Amino acid sequence: MQAYNIQTGIVCPLDRSNVDTDQIIPKQFLKSIKRTGFGVNLFDEWRYLDEGFPGQDASKRPINPDFVLNQPRYQDATILLTRKNFGCGSSREHAPWALSEYGFRTVIAPSFADIFYNNCFKNGMLPIVLDEAIVDTLMKAVVAEEGYTLTADLEAQVVITPTGERYPFEIDAFRKHCLLNGLDDIGLTLQQSDAIKAYEETMQQKTPWIFNPVHA
Amino acid sequence: MAGQTLYDKLWNAHEVTKRDDGSSLIYIDRHLLHEVTSPQAFEGLELANRAPWRLSANIASPDHNVPTVTTERSQGVSGIKDEVSRLQVVTLDDNCAKFNIAEFTINDARQGILHVVGPEQGLVLPGMTVVCGDSHTATHGALGCLAHGIGTSEVEHVLATQCLIQKKMKNMQIRVNGKLGAGVTAKDVVLAIIARIGTAGGTGYAIEFAGQVFEEMSMEGRMTVCNMAIEAGARVGMVAVDDITIDYVKGRRYAPTPEQWDAAEAYWSTLYSDADAVFDTVIELDGNEIAPQVSWGTSPEMVVDITESVPTPDQAADDTQKEGWMRAYTYMGLEAGQKITDIQLDRIFIGSCTNSRIEDLRDAAAVIKGRKVAESVKEAIVVAGSGQVKLQAEKEGLDQVFTEAGFEWREPGCSMCLAMNADKLLPQEHCASTSNRNFEGRQGNGGRTHLVSPAMAAAAAIAGHFVDVRTF
Ligand code: SF4
Repeated sequence: MQAYNIQTGIVCPLDRSNVDTDQIIPKQFLKSIKRTGFGVNLFDEWRYLDEGFPGQDASKRPINPDFVLNQPRYQDATILLTRKNFGCGSSREHAPWALSEYGFRTVIAPSFADIFYNNCFKNGMLPIVLDEAIVDTLMKAVVAEEGYTLTADLEAQVVITPTGERYPFEIDAFRKHCLLNGLDDIGLTLQQSDAIKAYEETMQQKTPWIFNPVHA
Repeated sequence: MAGQTLYDKLWNAHEVTKRDDGSSLIYIDRHLLHEVTSPQAFEGLELANRAPWRLSANIASPDHNVPTVTTERSQGVSGIKDEVSRLQVVTLDDNCAKFNIAEFTINDARQGILHVVGPEQGLVLPGMTVVCGDSHTATHGALGCLAHGIGTSEVEHVLATQCLIQKKMKNMQIRVNGKLGAGVTAKDVVLAIIARIGTAGGTGYAIEFAGQVFEEMSMEGRMTVCNMAIEAGARVGMVAVDDITIDYVKGRRYAPTPEQWDAAEAYWSTLYSDADAVFDTVIELDGNEIAPQVSWGTSPEMVVDITESVPTPDQAADDTQKEGWMRAYTYMGLEAGQKITDIQLDRIFIGSCTNSRIEDLRDAAAVIKGRKVAESVKEAIVVAGSGQVKLQAEKEGLDQVFTEAGFEWREPGCSMCLAMNADKLLPQEHCASTSNRNFEGRQGNGGRTHLVSPAMAAAAAIAGHFVDVRTF
């Protein structure tokens, strides 16, 4: 998993509450065999004027110019700023997959749905909870100023504005540790690599047939 | 100190480290991969820039989606009509090529349902830990393995680390004493067990099957029983290693080399529960009393003897069971109190990882020989569990027996067990099936599955309705 340390980027304001996972990535895209390829279908129903289905050439689809993501000034955005209860609905891990592939590794909101919040960490993303009033202030600032950026500093647990205001945020220590070091479950197990190798060496002696090569 | 159970021994032999939260890191000896649950795991591996920890631990084969009709199958992957199915099979091929993982591809003579292929090739050996992204991985416990199903994220974890984070389960022993009557098979034994303990009876336990019936049972039979441990709620089912196990393994393609053999045999001979081992739960059944079983409802615990009738609501143990039965009567289109032998059948399916091994086909063929499938049966198919089983059956002329009777002789795969390929029931059709799950829609939307042994399915095909194979 990619480590997360500090991210500075253009902010995209998604001024809605209760954005659910079906809006983040509609269900017709779940049949895929992949966990990539969802980026072009992030917020599909809002982003495009036609109905989306898997395997389309997105570049040929009519885009909805009114949707915030499609406005030129937010093209390079990497931080999503949104309202409360973001990511509610199903448990699909496709939602963080789609966001992160699109380029959003940071999402700031007053609150998140539980499962979505968890799934973010499994995928190297940082969901940041800030007070509703702060989010409101930031939302206005982003809209007022083209190219508005924020810095999310995980180590220091703080969001920094261009003018230097600092908004601290809470995060579970273990999750922070994993994210800072790019450790998922697999990463954690791999920290035990030496123990695994030592085990294998012992078993090579005891039950060598387990390690016979397998060729088709 | 009390002795150890078979499960304790297998667990201890594979514990790499204990973790602070009470779980352990368990080493995985063999990992079986198929096309449905592996794609996102491979992709995750690639995205994280990781390589498989130990290539030789893995073996892959497509089984869930492959077509079983020979004309389609002979065209290989491109013959798969359904786009999603084809893509999954192609993706497995691509991933195996990319990561250098051994694969028995769609038309390889060794291809087949992984739970048939693993033991048959000697890829699964006594004492191993075996996992697969499929809940019927418990099958392999028949060889004295610690084997269970895992999810896609765990598939990735095993690929990357050769380990799983596990919490130890409790020990359950199910003893079946005595002897089985003629016409009563391993399938009937496991269905009778599930009828007795229920589909949640084994939840949280690793089950060891013991007692005279298992001591005398063939490896094929033991696999049938362990296969359905999951239907009793247990992720793990096992049988101790004995001479039958060791004889079964000997000479298989990936069995230990001659130089390794003696040490292997010596180790395997220790894989049983000590006489003074303590089980958290022990359940006993009398093998002499087990009759051929038929499932009438939509859960594998809704099972009765062939001589019985669909139970009536007043026989239910409680209101929850009664409600379940009421829904099942409707879904299955059956009347409470109706005789099992009165259930007419539209289709017959002999196959699946439960009952598609050579012994199963022999059992069925013995019943069918010289007889014809009833006119009223629309379709009767036999799907061997693997290319090897199919070849062996053809060598013995079993294919002739089946086709002369009116059965279709298909190419190996999961087939109508879960209807991911084109083999499906139509709504309201009744099917005598040797598979393991009779859930609503499992064999096709609205389809009505009755779980039975191969011999019982064969007899039902001839009669057009269920009959007692003991008097058939
Ligand atoms: S035969 Fe059925 S139960 Fe067995 S692996 Fe295939 S789909 Fe699963």
